[in-house]
Amino acid sequence: MVTEVADIVPVAQRGPRHPAREFWDYFRTNHGAVGGLMIIIGLLLLAAFAGVVAPHSPIATHNDAFLRPPVWEAGGSWTYPLGTDAIGRDILSRVIHGSRLSLLIGTLAVSIAFLCGVALGLVAGFFRGIPEIGIMRLVDIMLTLPSLLLAMVVVAILGPGLINAMFAVAIVTLPAYVRITRAAVIAERARDYVVAARVAGAGRWRLMFSTVLPNCMAPLIVQATLGFSAAILDAASLGFLGLGAQPPLPEWGTMLADSREFVLRAWWVVTFPGVAILVTVLAFNLLGDGLRDALDPKLKR
Amino acid sequence: MLRFILTRVSLIIPTFVGLTLVAFILVHLIPGDPIETLAGERGIDAERHARLLSEYGLDKPLPVQYAVYVGHVLHGDFGLSLITHQSVIREFAALFPATIELSVCAVLFAIGLGLPAGIIAAVKRNTPFDHGVMATALAGYSMPIFWWGLLLILLFSGWLALTPVSGRISVEYFVEPQTGFLLIDSLLSDQEGAFRSAVSHLILPTIVLGTVPLAVIARMTRSAMLEVLGEDYIRTARAKGLPPYWVVGAHALRNALIPVVTVIGLQIGSLFAGAILTETIFSWPGVGKWLYEAVNRRDYPVLQGGVLLIGTVVMAVNLGIDLLYGLINPRIRHTR
Repeated sequence: MVTEVADIVPVAQRGPRHPAREFWDYFRTNHGAVGGLMIIIGLLLLAAFAGVVAPHSPIATHNDAFLRPPVWEAGGSWTYPLGTDAIGRDILSRVIHGSRLSLLIGTLAVSIAFLCGVALGLVAGFFRGIPEIGIMRLVDIMLTLPSLLLAMVVVAILGPGLINAMFAVAIVTLPAYVRITRAAVIAERARDYVVAARVAGAGRWRLMFSTVLPNCMAPLIVQATLGFSAAILDAASLGFLGLGAQPPLPEWGTMLADSREFVLRAWWVVTFPGVAILVTVLAFNLLGDGLRDALDPKLKR
Repeated sequence: MLRFILTRVSLIIPTFVGLTLVAFILVHLIPGDPIETLAGERGIDAERHARLLSEYGLDKPLPVQYAVYVGHVLHGDFGLSLITHQSVIREFAALFPATIELSVCAVLFAIGLGLPAGIIAAVKRNTPFDHGVMATALAGYSMPIFWWGLLLILLFSGWLALTPVSGRISVEYFVEPQTGFLLIDSLLSDQEGAFRSAVSHLILPTIVLGTVPLAVIARMTRSAMLEVLGEDYIRTARAKGLPPYWVVGAHALRNALIPVVTVIGLQIGSLFAGAILTETIFSWPGVGKWLYEAVNRRDYPVLQGGVLLIGTVVMAVNLGIDLLYGLINPRIRHTR
């Protein structure tokens, strides 16, 4: 309490804090969100240096070591710290290399969905009438289909594979961005600063991209962060169903699909890729929740 | 009220038309010859190709084809499966009860656990119990459920040998389908142990499918309760000297339930997505597994019909919840 009072005086002298500084001060009090951010940074490093960190190649098979248990179980060795799968591939190396694929799918799927969704949402929010009705109806139709079913349909059309699964995930997550952007645009359009910009002679494009869009970013950033976890989960689900990344790619969902028949014989084959998915998705969800709390002025203070 | 119902119903008509359009275009978007796609064979000779072309009506212009397709759909004709040569709608009708049974159990499981957990977490805010519930909910929300299913199989079927791994009932029982819901049918069949077997097969899939809704409901209940518990009328109720359980259970819960019911309704779509994975893991003979197999076997009429039927079901459920909502909450009914 005392320190807070002491803080207030210099702030008044310095003038308002920079918004980024204010955001960070608020964000870092949320331990879960900071933890999530640290895990994500760790995963990025792991993905970047997978070739150096991983003890083996993710696709190299070792004929002398089928279904070896992890090091702490009887029969395990430090050569394969988390054991090997049914054809003798090192699970630790595969999980490490898998982080590259999951983060890649997440980044690309979120980027595609974000760019297309925001563009469609801006159009729907600015051009009322036919464009809006058309876009929002399309979004409604997409939302009537369960996300995984829609993704399966896209894969049925494009064919299975890592890249196509990524497109499928991007299409499935698109409606959320359209709806959020449109709602934010409609709310902002009526504000005085937009009217002022319009009166000052700003053109439609300037209004859309430099006046309104930056002020709609907060919910979009939160959605994009949470979208990462959805994208990684959906891509892994597709991989698990055999419709995403194809073997021998070490994608976590695909690894789980390969391990299904060994569930009752070799628990380590099933456990570690799933832990990797859970930890990654959890980290992005924690970060997303933290960003929402920090960016949403209604919840602030 | 009638006006409210009519507006809501009329709003879904364009969505339904769009859905038929998506299902119709689906077969045309699949790379390759649509005849080979629909007939499920390759290298069809020219004469047969021409015959099939007119048989499927694919020689007509696209708008006419679409009109014909919608006509068939409205008469309940969704085509034949390429693999089983059975009518798609009939297969769907036979498998759908299994999916409903699983989904209803999963939702009941999620509500039964998530509602009390959320309420207690809100009442005991910032206690270890609250933190525990919220951490568990976050983990449940982030759970890859196909992996969760494998873990539960490993634990309960493998190490503890408590529950069966797959299917709806043990092979030694044959239950005549009357309602399609095995829990009811097995009770009606008078076979010793059939009901028990059906229940034991249902436990793991229910937990797996119910996990994400459980997490969502617990989180939503907690935040809705926290909001309501801060309201003036709650303070009034407390000040009147009402017992705390009565204030929470009767006064607060009733208003907190409104957003919770909405969230439960919104879970229908994701519940079905989960059903595809859950049914695949546990070989549960429902619509989700059927569609998964259709994609793998390139059984396009099944995929086409399934997409349309599932989309329609989701739409109908959402409409039902919307109407129910207007019935419960007059504020919504009168706003538009």
